[in-house]
Amino acid sequence: MDWGNILELSMRELIGVQAIVFALAAIGINVQFGYTGLLNFGQAAFAAVGGYGIAVIVTTYDMSFWLGLVVAIAGAIVLALLLGIPTLRLRADYLAIVTIAASEIVRLVGRSASGREVFGGSDGITGFSNTFYDFNPFTEPVSFGPFEFRERVLWVLAVGWVLVALCTLTVWLLMRSPWGRVLKGIREDEDAVRSLGKNVYAYKMQSLVIGGVMGALAGVVYSLFQGAMQPDVYATNFTFFAYAILILGGAATVFGPVLGAAIVWFAFQFIDLALRGAIQQGYIPDWLMDSNDTGAVRFMLTGVVLVLLLVFRPQGILGDRREIALDAR
Amino acid sequence: MPADDDQRTPTSLTAKREAAVAALAGVPREPGAKKPDPILIADDVKRHFGGLLAVDVDHVEVQRGSITALIGPNGAGKTTFFNLLTGFDRPNSGSWSFNGRSLHGTPPFKVARAGMVRTFQLTKALSKLTVIENMRLGATGQRGETFWRALLPFTWRAQEREITGRAEDLLARFKLDTKRDDFAGSLSGGQRKLLEMARALMVGPELVMLDEPMAGVNPALTQSLLEHVSNLREQGMTVLFVEHDMDMVRDIADWVVVMGQGKILAEGPPDAVMSDHKVIDAYLGAHHDQSLAELEEQLESGTLAEQVAAELGQEPAETVVPERAAETGDGR
Repeated sequence: MDWGNILELSMRELIGVQAIVFALAAIGINVQFGYTGLLNFGQAAFAAVGGYGIAVIVTTYDMSFWLGLVVAIAGAIVLALLLGIPTLRLRADYLAIVTIAASEIVRLVGRSASGREVFGGSDGITGFSNTFYDFNPFTEPVSFGPFEFRERVLWVLAVGWVLVALCTLTVWLLMRSPWGRVLKGIREDEDAVRSLGKNVYAYKMQSLVIGGVMGALAGVVYSLFQGAMQPDVYATNFTFFAYAILILGGAATVFGPVLGAAIVWFAFQFIDLALRGAIQQGYIPDWLMDSNDTGAVRFMLTGVVLVLLLVFRPQGILGDRREIALDAR
Repeated sequence: MPADDDQRTPTSLTAKREAAVAALAGVPREPGAKKPDPILIADDVKRHFGGLLAVDVDHVEVQRGSITALIGPNGAGKTTFFNLLTGFDRPNSGSWSFNGRSLHGTPPFKVARAGMVRTFQLTKALSKLTVIENMRLGATGQRGETFWRALLPFTWRAQEREITGRAEDLLARFKLDTKRDDFAGSLSGGQRKLLEMARALMVGPELVMLDEPMAGVNPALTQSLLEHVSNLREQGMTVLFVEHDMDMVRDIADWVVVMGQGKILAEGPPDAVMSDHKVIDAYLGAHHDQSLAELEEQLESGTLAEQVAAELGQEPAETVVPERAAETGDGR
């Protein structure tokens, strides 16, 4: 087994596009769930709206890439308002049900045959990322030590990590401000915050919108990287991956979602490659599993790791143990 | 703590209390009595829960600068009335005004901003926020609470310092200054009550509404809590508080309003109210001074039915009950 190669390929995932996409989605969920206590189970819908925003404007309507970006973000804001207006006055669980339904509605409308003209059906939309790659300053592959990146990937990584840094900085600034204090208060007890003269409904709406916009950015980055917008990428498991990442890294921590995303995608790749290597070398017998099973087994192992983490470190990697101890009282 | 002693000098205490008592001296001792300077006036407030009329208040006024206690047995509708007044629940009918401003249909956060701040029976300390953060949250009109300014710390930093200073003063007064940086969730029940009260004061209220401030607090702490409540009046605030223990009320209240089954039963100074037979009946039942054995005897001999009927001003029930039973028996 070539451990050096396995490690190198896994390290690439540590800072890879998947990590960026899920870091952005998880930062959004962190604002909503981690800080405000809103159960948004429809982050996939926000990402899909982001992806469709660019794809539909550029490919279907042949308009400018920049307008597409604006539409992607505006679409996420509108979706947040649509979901929030009827549900944010109700108890938290209503938002959870409405958002999970909405995320499937967005996906199914996107892949429906009747909307094929606009959304491209289940094949999705391609050919909208040219403007983005026209701006690529990298003209040839660049190597960092053992790592070599093709110029297109490098451009996505650069833009993606700048976006992650900006979102993280925004969350950091917001959560040490009085505005963030109100959000945390709402998470603890919204009636108490109401009794202190804060418009809880407006704050919850702002939180939903901001988290949703970050979700849309995740969708934009992923679509541009793939050069295609495919609705089935944004099924409900997209949302739950993002939740798993957030909980692993530590909810209500600034760097938790970023760390979680990097570790999860590193672990996925590492387990997959290690298993394949072990099968090839005959360390794992054929009757137990073959190389086609590694994709499923890595999810099982990741699940086991998450369960262990929740048992032994419920606050996540970066969380504060004292906060969890308070829940037990 | 020297600052505390200054505030509790006997002269100032009696002055404020005497002023409140004097202002209320001429007020008739009857439900719905008019006060000379009311801060809160409620009319015809009704709240149904299904078939149950939980609150049915014809008229009540709260005197400015006084401590008014709202007492009554469990299930009298005190907390529901509180929820209605502060906008946490919607009434089926009724109107009320605070400082001359109608608050009917006003959402809770606007009620609080108007200067009417409440606490809760089940204390709502924000567990995962530190004590000082709980306090800071109470301050109103914070610039840093709008989204865009929150991103620019220099726009709110000066105000934050001012708020922190005010919060620290209040914490010192409530003897929570040593807990400043602890999570609110780590405080004891009594300390949480104190924190909730101090946090309410950060809003800068004119009327403080305390929902059972003494509930679940150990007896050693109640005395200090009572002192804090009466201190609120010394600082010029009006206090309306819910309590079901009459002895707690006697010491600090200037005026007592008694609720029972949703209605205002009686009003008056503590001593007058507590000897009122209607109040004693509401707490203990009309036949509280009879033994059960005696009641049983009377029931068997039929005299109880006559007594009850006489009290209700109706025909004796005995004659009615068998007839009804017979009717339904035939009908079905």
